[in-house]
Amino acid sequence: MKVLVDFGKCTGLGICESLAPDFFEVNDDGDLILLKEDITDAELQEVEEAVAGCPTEALRIER
Amino acid sequence: MTHLVVVGASLAGLRAVEAARKAGHAGPITLVGEEIHLPYDRPPLSKDFLALTEDGADPERPFFREESHLVDDLGVELVLGLAATGLDTDRQVVQVGDREIAYDALVIATGARARAIPGSEHLSGVYPVRSLDDSVAVREALDAGARTVVIGAGFIGSEVASSAKKRGVDVTVVEALPTPLVRATGTAMGAAIASLHERNGTPLLCGSGVRSIEGDGAVERVVLEDGTELPCELVIVGIGVVPNTEWLEGSGVRVENGIVCDENLWTGVPGVYAAGDVASWHNPTLDRRQRMENWTAAAEQGAAAARNALDPENAKPYGTVPYFWSDWYDVRIQFVGAPESDEVRLVEGDPESTAAADRRWVALYREGDRLIGALTVNGQTEIMKYRVMIAKGASWDDALAHAAKRAELHAQKEAEKLAAASA
Repeated sequence: MKVLVDFGKCTGLGICESLAPDFFEVNDDGDLILLKEDITDAELQEVEEAVAGCPTEALRIER
Repeated sequence: MTHLVVVGASLAGLRAVEAARKAGHAGPITLVGEEIHLPYDRPPLSKDFLALTEDGADPERPFFREESHLVDDLGVELVLGLAATGLDTDRQVVQVGDREIAYDALVIATGARARAIPGSEHLSGVYPVRSLDDSVAVREALDAGARTVVIGAGFIGSEVASSAKKRGVDVTVVEALPTPLVRATGTAMGAAIASLHERNGTPLLCGSGVRSIEGDGAVERVVLEDGTELPCELVIVGIGVVPNTEWLEGSGVRVENGIVCDENLWTGVPGVYAAGDVASWHNPTLDRRQRMENWTAAAEQGAAAARNALDPENAKPYGTVPYFWSDWYDVRIQFVGAPESDEVRLVEGDPESTAAADRRWVALYREGDRLIGALTVNGQTEIMKYRVMIAKGASWDDALAHAAKRAELHAQKEAEKLAAASA
């Protein structure tokens, strides 16, 4: 499983970073950095929460 | 089969029906909304939706989902354009227009409405920015170059002022209190953030309330208590919201600055839960009663309330470190946690300075020996680290130590940038 970011939609609001900090970080310029994309079963829930929490619907999981 | 009724068709209501299906609810779902529109996203209404478009075309309306998705894919009965007017918790029915809708599980997400200024109802050109229709009307007025007065220097009013300014429209912000944003961010940071208006060339008049809004059919001027007259064709009223709870009178659902809920978003009445701006709930993460008026809470509470309403025996508490953001001019303001605190300390940046390196402000909020809140301006890379710390119950000392390290790192980067630029 992988997490995918639509950088055209993302505005760097950062909710994903607070829910899944191993995957997401907003940088100095306010842009989202994807720290890793492969999701283990143990990490699935936090990434799902990040996907649901994104106000711009910029995240999705590819199974 | 259990019939889930969701009253309120904005973000919390939408997330409630989506979460119900995701949780495997196979019974009927009815979504009731006062506005005729399908659920839409509100944050853009005071920001991008008001911006000038390249060819002057109307911007896309920020609907969340197609009607077919809600009706056909999710099997939701939509009852739009009708407000719920009553709730009978003994018979378990919601009154909507002439119809009684029976429920087994009910999620109330009727939100809040903009507070109005009495005496201006007969004038055209006076709007809140709460609904899509408000925003469409404001957009048209800005297109016509209306001189604008924004009443209330809170987040919504300030966002609209900044959108107007970006278009080159003549705009003034007035605020009755001596310092804006005190309730949301505390006195020191309220003043610092409010200074963004003047820095960007938007006059901000604080400390004098509005005496009257005057005109003959259409608005012509705003008159302040101190006698100042501000000629205008557009008035934006951003003086807060009132939870929509009047329809619950006599229902047995307890209302006190919103619907009073426990940590599971339960109202105490069998089958009845609440979510979003209308819900005042006990937030176990910060151990306090809160009523939120932000996107994140609406989305998460909507989903949590529906899951709990459908399976009350396995209800899970909903706890969060609240988060909101606001975009003014080219600046992003972000806040996590709670603003009521024993101390607010600026740990990075200088609101008095105009140097580029001081553009980022970070302020921390202390309660006892615990970090309870954080505010950043242009601090997108900092804010969520504090949200995580607050969730974990980080101490004030740990937060200060973290802040010092981050400020040092940032200063280093800025110095490298300067060196590279001058090399």
